[in-house]
Amino acid sequence: MRLRDSESDARFRKEVRGWLAENLPKLGPAPAFGDWVSRRGYDQRWQATLHDAGYAGIDWPTEVGGRGASPSEHLIFLAEAAAAGAPDLGVHFVGQLHAGPTLIAEGSEEQQAYHLPRILRGESVWCQGFSEPGAGSDLASLRTRAVRDGDHYVVSGSKIWTSYGFVADFCELLVRTDPDAPRHRGISWLIMPMDLPGIDVRPLRTIQGESEFAEMYLDDVRIPVPNRVGPENDGWRVAMVTFSFERGTALVRELLTAMGLVRELAELARTLGAGRGHVVAGAGAHTGRTAWDDDGLRREIGAVAAELDALWALTYRNVTRAAAGGAGVPVAGGSAFKLSYSEALHHLGAATSNVVERYAISLDDLPGLPIGRHLQHHLHAFAISIGAGTSQIQRNILAERVLGLPRER
Amino acid sequence: MFFDLDDDALALRSAVRELCGEYFPLETTREWTGASSFDRAAWRELAELGAFTMSQSSERGGLDLGIADVGLVFQVLGAQLVPGPLVAASLAADVDESVGTGESIATVVADPPTPGTGPAVIWHLDLADTVYIIDGDRVSKVAATDIAATPVPNPLDPTTPVWLADTLPAGEQVGGAELARSWRLRGSVLSSALLVGNAERTVELAVTYAKQREQFGRVIGGFQALKHLLADSFVKVEVARAAVDAAAVALDEGPAGVAADPAALVARAVAGARVLAARAATTNAKNAIQVHGGMGFTWETTIHLYLKRAWLLQNAYTTPDEASDVVARSLVLERAS
Repeated sequence: MRLRDSESDARFRKEVRGWLAENLPKLGPAPAFGDWVSRRGYDQRWQATLHDAGYAGIDWPTEVGGRGASPSEHLIFLAEAAAAGAPDLGVHFVGQLHAGPTLIAEGSEEQQAYHLPRILRGESVWCQGFSEPGAGSDLASLRTRAVRDGDHYVVSGSKIWTSYGFVADFCELLVRTDPDAPRHRGISWLIMPMDLPGIDVRPLRTIQGESEFAEMYLDDVRIPVPNRVGPENDGWRVAMVTFSFERGTALVRELLTAMGLVRELAELARTLGAGRGHVVAGAGAHTGRTAWDDDGLRREIGAVAAELDALWALTYRNVTRAAAGGAGVPVAGGSAFKLSYSEALHHLGAATSNVVERYAISLDDLPGLPIGRHLQHHLHAFAISIGAGTSQIQRNILAERVLGLPRER
Repeated sequence: MFFDLDDDALALRSAVRELCGEYFPLETTREWTGASSFDRAAWRELAELGAFTMSQSSERGGLDLGIADVGLVFQVLGAQLVPGPLVAASLAADVDESVGTGESIATVVADPPTPGTGPAVIWHLDLADTVYIIDGDRVSKVAATDIAATPVPNPLDPTTPVWLADTLPAGEQVGGAELARSWRLRGSVLSSALLVGNAERTVELAVTYAKQREQFGRVIGGFQALKHLLADSFVKVEVARAAVDAAAVALDEGPAGVAADPAALVARAVAGARVLAARAATTNAKNAIQVHGGMGFTWETTIHLYLKRAWLLQNAYTTPDEASDVVARSLVLERAS
C-alpha cells in the first residue's frame, strides 16, 4: 500500500497548484448563495477555463476528450482545487458526474460526439429527471409515460427533486415506455432538451432557503427517438450505471469541503465562549473559557475530523479498486462511503450546534460570527442522507447485496 | 498511490489465517487463561512466520516489510482473537531478538500512572520474561521477576490476565525519546489493527447467525431492524480498516507529503485510526451480542470474548478520548503551519 505521491504525481500536484494560484484569482467572487442564474454563468466560465487548460473531464478517457488522468491524479486535482478554494462543480454536477459518464458508458457515437464536448467545455448544463412525486426511494414505480409516435416519444408526467432544473439545457429523463412489462423492464433513459414545448419547471425551496431543485411538469413533450440512451425498456440498467458513479466518487469534493469546514469550526471554537459556564458560576459570569477549552467539545470536534479523515482514506481505497476492476467503485465501498459520509455530516452538524450554542441564529455569516456557513452545512447534511438513495436504502443495499441477507421484496 | 492489498499482501494474509486456524482455534485458546495453559509452541510458530519481526531489517532476521504489512497480520490475529502480548512482541523485537523469535516473551507498560493516581496495569506478567516500560522520554527494561505485583483474580477478559503494581522499578534504559515515540505510535496502530479484525469477525458471526436463526416463521436476518444494524456494523469495519491502513502507511512513509493531505500528519492519522477502530470493535461486538439474543448473553458463545478484548484494546497505548483530542489539536496546528 502506498499513499505518498510518486514523482510524476508530485510534478502533477505542483503543476495544478501553480495553475490554480495563477488562474483562480481571475475568476472573481462567487455569486451569492442560492443565486443559481448567476451561478450558472460563473460555473460555465470556470469550466471553460478548466477546459482550455486541459483539466476538464479529468478522469474521463482521452478518446472522448477527457484528460485520462490516473486515480491518484484525479484525487490530487480535487484536493488541490479544494485547498485553493476553487469552485466545486455547481450546476455542472449532473452533466459531469451523471450524464457524461453514463453517455460514455452507454451513449451512441452521435450522442457522445454532440454532448460530451459541450459538457466538457461547460456549454451545456444538465438536470436529473428521475424521481417523481410517487416514486422516491421506490424509483422503479415511476409513471411518467412515453408513447411512441413515429420518430418521437410523446412524454407526459411529473418529476420532482430536479436539481438545477431551471438553469439546465438538457435533462436525463427516466420514462415508462412499456406499462405492461414488469416494473424494472418497461423504463427507458432519454435525453430531453429543456427548450421543448410542454415543459414547465417550478422551483422548490429547500430547508436551506434557496432553490437548488425544482418540480417539472411534462405535457405531451415530443422527444426524438434518437435521444434514447441504450435500448428501449433497458433504462433501469442504464440508470444503475448512473448511480454507480454517483455513489462512487461524486461526493469526494464535498468531503474535502467538509474537512475544511471542521478546521474552521475548530478556529471558531477558539473564539466563542462568552457566558459559557454561567449556569454554574452565576448569571453573567465570564469565565474566560472558550468552547475550545471544553474537553468534551474539543474531543467531539476531533472525533468528527477523524471520521472525515477515514473517509478520505476510504476514497483512496475505492478509487484503487475502481481502477483495478474497471467498472466503477464496487457497491460495498460506494454505499459504505455514502452512508458514512452522511453520518459524519450529521455529527459535524451536532458538533456545530454545541460550539455555536446560543449563536445558532442565522443562515448567513454575521460580522465577527462566521456561523451561517456552519448552520447551512448542518442543514445540507439532510440533502446527503436523503438524496441519491436515502441512508435506509443504502443499508438495504449493503445488507442484501453485500451481506447476503434476505431481500425486502 | 495504491491503497489495497497486492498479491503479496493477500498471500501473507492467507498464510496467517491458515496458521491461526491450525494453532489458535478459539475453542482451544479461550482456555489459555494463564502461563500454565498458554501454548508456547503455538506462539513460536507465529513468531517463526515472522509475525513479530517482519518489519525488522533482514540483518536483524526480519523481512524488511512495512508497518502496513504488520497491521494486516494483526487484523487477522484480532479476528481470530489470538491471545498473548502480541503488540508488545512486535515492539520489543526492536531491542531483543529473542522476543522476535518467540524464545522469550515480553510485555509493555505504556505510560504508567504518576504516583497517587492509581496502580500500573501489566498484561500477561506470568508469561513475560521481560517488562518494558514507556515513560516520558525513555523506554526501560525490567526483569519480570523484579516486579512486585498482585494478580487480578477475576480478569474482565479471561485470556488477558492482568497484574497491578503500585510502583515499578526504574530498570535499565534501552531507548530515549525517539524509541518512546515510535513505540507509542506503533503500539497504538497495531492495537487498532487488532480492533479492526475483532470488529470484522463479530459482524461475520452476527450475519451468519442472523441467516440461520428463525423466529416468527422466518430467518431473523430478513427483519429490517437487524439488516440495518448489521449494515451499519459492516460499514464501521470498512471505514475503520481504511483509517488503520492509512495510519500504518503514514508510519511507513513518514510525514513527507503535502499539508493538504491529512495522511501526511502521522500522529493525527494514528490517533484518528484509534477513534474509528475502537468505535467499530465495541459497537460491532455489542450489536453481535444483541443479534444473538439470549445465546449472546451466555458464557458458552464466543462473542462476549470479543467484546471484552475490545474493551481492553481500545485503551491500549492511547484511549479514544485522548486520540480524539490529538486529532482536534492537529486541526489548529495545521492552520498555524
